[in-house]
Amino acid sequence: MATTVKDPAVAMPQPPVKHGISFLTSRLRQIGIFVALLVIVTLFQVLTGGALLQPDNVSNIIVQNSYILLLAIGMVMIIVAGHIDLSVGSVAAFVGAMSGIMVQDWSFPWWLAFIVSLVIGGLVGAWQGFWVAYVGIPAFIVTLAGMLVFRGLTQIVLENQRITGFPEEYRQLGGGFLFPGLFPAETNILDWTTVGLGVIAVVLLVVSQLRGRATRARLNLEDEPAAWFFTKLAFIAVIILGLTYLLAGSRSGTPIVLVVLGVLIVAYSLVMSNSVFGRHIYARGGNLQAAQLSGVNTKRIDFMLFVNMGVLAALAGLIFTGRLNSAGPGAGNLFELDAIAAAFIGGAAVTGGVGTVIGAITGGLIMGVLNNGMSLLGVGIDYQQFIKGMVLLLAVGFDVFNKRRASSALK
Amino acid sequence: MAENILRMHRITKTFPGVKALQDVNLDVARGEVHAICGENGAGKSTLMKVLSGVYPHGTYDGDIEFEGRVVEFKDIRDSERDGVVIIHQELALSPFLSVAENIFLGNEREKRGFVNWNETNLEAAKLLRRVGLDLSPTVRAGDIGVGKQQLVEIAKALSKNVKLLILDEPTAALNDEDSAHLLGLVKGLRSEGITSIIISHKLNEIREIADSVTILRDGRTIETLSLHDGSVTEERIIKGMVGRDMESRYPDRTPVIREEVLRVEDWTVHHPQESSRVIVDKANLSVRAGEVVGIAGLMGAGRTELAMSIFGRSYGSNITGTLYKNGTPITARTVGEAIRHGIAYATEDRKRYGLNLIDDIKRNISGAALGKLAKRGWVDSGREAVVAGDYRTSMNIKAPSVTAVTGKLSGGNQQKVVLSKWMFSDPDVLILDEPTRGIDVGAKYEIYTIINRLAAEGKAVIVISSELPELLGICDRIYTLAEGRITAEVPIAQATPELLMQFMTKEKD
Repeated sequence: MATTVKDPAVAMPQPPVKHGISFLTSRLRQIGIFVALLVIVTLFQVLTGGALLQPDNVSNIIVQNSYILLLAIGMVMIIVAGHIDLSVGSVAAFVGAMSGIMVQDWSFPWWLAFIVSLVIGGLVGAWQGFWVAYVGIPAFIVTLAGMLVFRGLTQIVLENQRITGFPEEYRQLGGGFLFPGLFPAETNILDWTTVGLGVIAVVLLVVSQLRGRATRARLNLEDEPAAWFFTKLAFIAVIILGLTYLLAGSRSGTPIVLVVLGVLIVAYSLVMSNSVFGRHIYARGGNLQAAQLSGVNTKRIDFMLFVNMGVLAALAGLIFTGRLNSAGPGAGNLFELDAIAAAFIGGAAVTGGVGTVIGAITGGLIMGVLNNGMSLLGVGIDYQQFIKGMVLLLAVGFDVFNKRRASSALK
Repeated sequence: MAENILRMHRITKTFPGVKALQDVNLDVARGEVHAICGENGAGKSTLMKVLSGVYPHGTYDGDIEFEGRVVEFKDIRDSERDGVVIIHQELALSPFLSVAENIFLGNEREKRGFVNWNETNLEAAKLLRRVGLDLSPTVRAGDIGVGKQQLVEIAKALSKNVKLLILDEPTAALNDEDSAHLLGLVKGLRSEGITSIIISHKLNEIREIADSVTILRDGRTIETLSLHDGSVTEERIIKGMVGRDMESRYPDRTPVIREEVLRVEDWTVHHPQESSRVIVDKANLSVRAGEVVGIAGLMGAGRTELAMSIFGRSYGSNITGTLYKNGTPITARTVGEAIRHGIAYATEDRKRYGLNLIDDIKRNISGAALGKLAKRGWVDSGREAVVAGDYRTSMNIKAPSVTAVTGKLSGGNQQKVVLSKWMFSDPDVLILDEPTRGIDVGAKYEIYTIINRLAAEGKAVIVISSELPELLGICDRIYTLAEGRITAEVPIAQATPELLMQFMTKEKD
């Protein structure tokens, strides 16, 4: 008999807690990206003599980058599935232009224009998704074509004119603040709406994290050392409270777009980690054939991803059109590249199957802080481009290096 | 005996965990056609890769003498310089280049870096005539049939002044006419003084053209037989190929066989691209609850293709025939439908088709039936972890936790994850394609135990395997497959390796 079957009792679940260094190295990439953001923030805070974290500047960074962050959410999902979308800047511009025509030429109320705009975004996504999923043309080609097509359509529908003078309500989404009149800055030291929101956010975070940890511990799945878990939680809470404090002290409080963004980040993080759809995206990107042979309808996944990206691009278009109070033929130029860079800096894998919404948002913030900090320092756009390019290259290079080290450690 | 052109002496080649070749000797006389025979996994292709420098000198033990001197090939170019050319089973032509370009690929007719097209095409035309191909050298390689592509490969070999030509299963993908032509060509080359080594499963083919045959089994040389006097029969060769003793490597089981669960009738499948090529030809088979049915076939017989076409038409085109589940006809046009009909298929190549190697154990296990863990589209990850934990215990998956990444597990544990995935989808029929390939002996026993357990639970199990002892050890009934046709259905009581091998090598009448 050549049996080597072991007594199952020997292999019973052991609490798989790793300790100290080995745990940190296993999470190097996720931790690294946050550390990088902190280092960059600290660096520019020092270099700009404290100007970076001035309340109004913080508010500015968020609003300025909100549409890139929004696009990065959809982009990282597409990248996880193993695709790419080069058209989002053009699509956002096209939808912005259409919304302008709706409110200006057709006298649509702002809310109807919003709804129709999002539907247009969805249809654009369905169009591209059709070619990718059901015709089988690589997304790179389809969306490269889309980039040209929708840029062209933007210019056609605008007749190369700029639309300005959007209604007040329309502009709230991109440039407005939450209840600006409730706690006027003249009579209040802090904007209490913002403080309230910040506190609620921290409470929700702490409760959900603790409950999650309790469940994992009950199922014997907890692999985070307690000290690390609580340090991390405290740290995130402090960051949120710090941000709350800064925003509450700014001229106008919480930007509306931050609330939209916050809700979408949480919602999409949940979709990616806990929904069947999200899990099928990872399965599709991780091993297409294995996913198909497990009964996953990968064509529908691809299609839905592009529809989703189209809707998010439309929302981004509405936000920046509102913020700039202008829909122009050249709007949204190069947005796609910023969103793609955000996803990759945030740890998404070029080969698909890896990436998180939070990572992409962090990657987007790194780009945003770099932009803002360098502008404050008076660094020219030429150097800014150069530095951002190097950051992208080094971030992905770090990934590749890490992976190689991990796989050679296996051998 | 004539002078030997090639002597391979005590060749040993080890892969991590597996001894693929052990002290293999091979002597080939100048100017002969020498066949190499053996079951899948016996080490034939590995031996030829050692010879041709695919596995360079230093990665194996033993000596190779070619034309009387010891050679140490570093790579294929090195061996080709000495006149050893291998034509792999998977053809290596670039489909978008012309035939002439393919023939001289890496060996271009050039002057100072510029290709001389006239010389290229003229010489290619000459070589094509030599292999009996009436073809313009400017035709794209992808536009000609497989048979002709095979001949182009030989023309390519001739362009390199070949002295020893190695053909790995050259006729496996060819029809009878093309096969005959190719074999005729090999004979012709012999009369020109070119020595050939031919790996083939087709024994009648070997008897027709080979001067001698060397039989490998389990990575060792068994014997070399001369075929000149005609005393060596196909049965004699088969005996050499399979004649190993059956150890008690299989757990005991008392089958309780009940009603029929799945029946396949007149199942015909065509090649997905070349829709005129028949891959599975009017196959009929059935499997009952509690039964383990084997499908035996050599490489290229259409085993995987048969299984995958049944599993939601994930292979092939123009599929005709009927599937009956519990006596009623069903359609399963997609993998999803097949799974809903209670069919599961664990692939032959688990790394490429079976697992998401960058994801963890629990998510791989839930992969085929995530819906069972979800409510309105949201996955209950707590329950998922519990389910995965149960499988980890019951299947004895050796991993620190269900959050371990599957890419880091051993082959046996990966296979247990794949089996867990399909067990969780709660099928009535499980098709297991090479369930123990690349798995060590101990883990094999565990897999057999799992198969027995599935049968005892009333599942219908179909096992596809290249290893006849394995099928004989675990099945109740065995179908043999040859060239896409079911050539026999053998109850286990009557099955012997020799009998199965006869049906597995049976050609079209």
